[in-house]
Amino acid sequence: MACITAIRDHGDEAAFARLFAHFAPRVKAFLMRSGADATLAEECTQEVMATLWQKSHLFDPTRASAATWIFTIARNRKIDALRKQKRPEPEELPWGQDPEPDQADVLALQQESDQLGRAIAALPAKQRELIEKAYFGDLSHSEIAADTGLPLGTIKSRIRLALDRLRHAMK
Amino acid sequence: MTRNQITHHLTDALLMAYSAGSLPEAFNLTVATHLSMCDECRARAAAFDSVGGAMIDGADTVELAQDSLAATMARIRAGKPQRETPVRRAGLFPAPLRDYVGGDLESVRWRPVGMGVKQAILPTSRAATARLLFIPAGAAVPDHGHRGTELTLVLQGAFCDEVARFGPGDIEVANEELNHTPVAEIGADCICLAATDAPLRFRSLMPRLAQPFLRI
Repeated sequence: MACITAIRDHGDEAAFARLFAHFAPRVKAFLMRSGADATLAEECTQEVMATLWQKSHLFDPTRASAATWIFTIARNRKIDALRKQKRPEPEELPWGQDPEPDQADVLALQQESDQLGRAIAALPAKQRELIEKAYFGDLSHSEIAADTGLPLGTIKSRIRLALDRLRHAMK
Repeated sequence: MTRNQITHHLTDALLMAYSAGSLPEAFNLTVATHLSMCDECRARAAAFDSVGGAMIDGADTVELAQDSLAATMARIRAGKPQRETPVRRAGLFPAPLRDYVGGDLESVRWRPVGMGVKQAILPTSRAATARLLFIPAGAAVPDHGHRGTELTLVLQGAFCDEVARFGPGDIEVANEELNHTPVAEIGADCICLAATDAPLRFRSLMPRLAQPFLRI
């Protein structure tokens, strides 16, 4: 969080190096699990992390955690590089980013992100695996069915159960 | 853009697939256009993005190339800082749709499909088709069913079918079980963005003959 604002406001290379050390190996793993070979994944990871720097003025810590923001950049790069497609994004909100966001809002979002991370880690293994496949494997429900041999109905109901648990945990 | 009273929203399954990035391009476009009009679904989509964030934060790691950080810094220095912020423009179409049309309503290249109904197919990958539909006030789109999923987002006017009434910003998610005849309300011509992942199945003979030519 603070790292991205330090990059945005001061071009802080040390802050960037810390973010890079944590996220770049994870972004690369995400891209490789989505079907990129090591060379393409390395190249895309560098592009994703460079985009993070170049678009740091668009980061709003009251709307997304650093991890969420990096996930969305990595996902869009994946669609572009692996599927050769554009990724249509919703129109920006009219009020835009607040240059001086309320620290209480930033903290609240950070706490919710931590809570969500714990709730996902606490999901039953069978449910968590399906969510992982959906997010990391770039698979539709019917592709997951083909991949796991589970009936489509089972997949849909397990994902629904997982989302119910996450909602309950976030109350 | 004025806020709409939206009563028909996206399903969790579609929002999660949009966030995960596993939908065909035509569906991504329709979802992104609905999110531009619907604050509730935008917030739900953000929650699914944060699931993705938590997954990447908790993911395993893969070893990077030795000069990875230095190479990234070189990319940053070689690139231009992007300081521009997106501008909102007035018009009927939200930004993602405007990008695909190449402008607002006046830029659409309509083709008649009969009975006053017009369509314009938008350029997306072939896995699914996105089209704009123009239904004159009071007119009907021929009765049809679906082999796959059809999303219909109302941009202007309203239509009713056997299920409900859909006004601006509303999105109908139809699947194989639904045969329907959307009818535009009297009052205003209805303009929709529709995405289909399989050809529509018309129930009367004429539209079915025309289907391969019209790419409905």
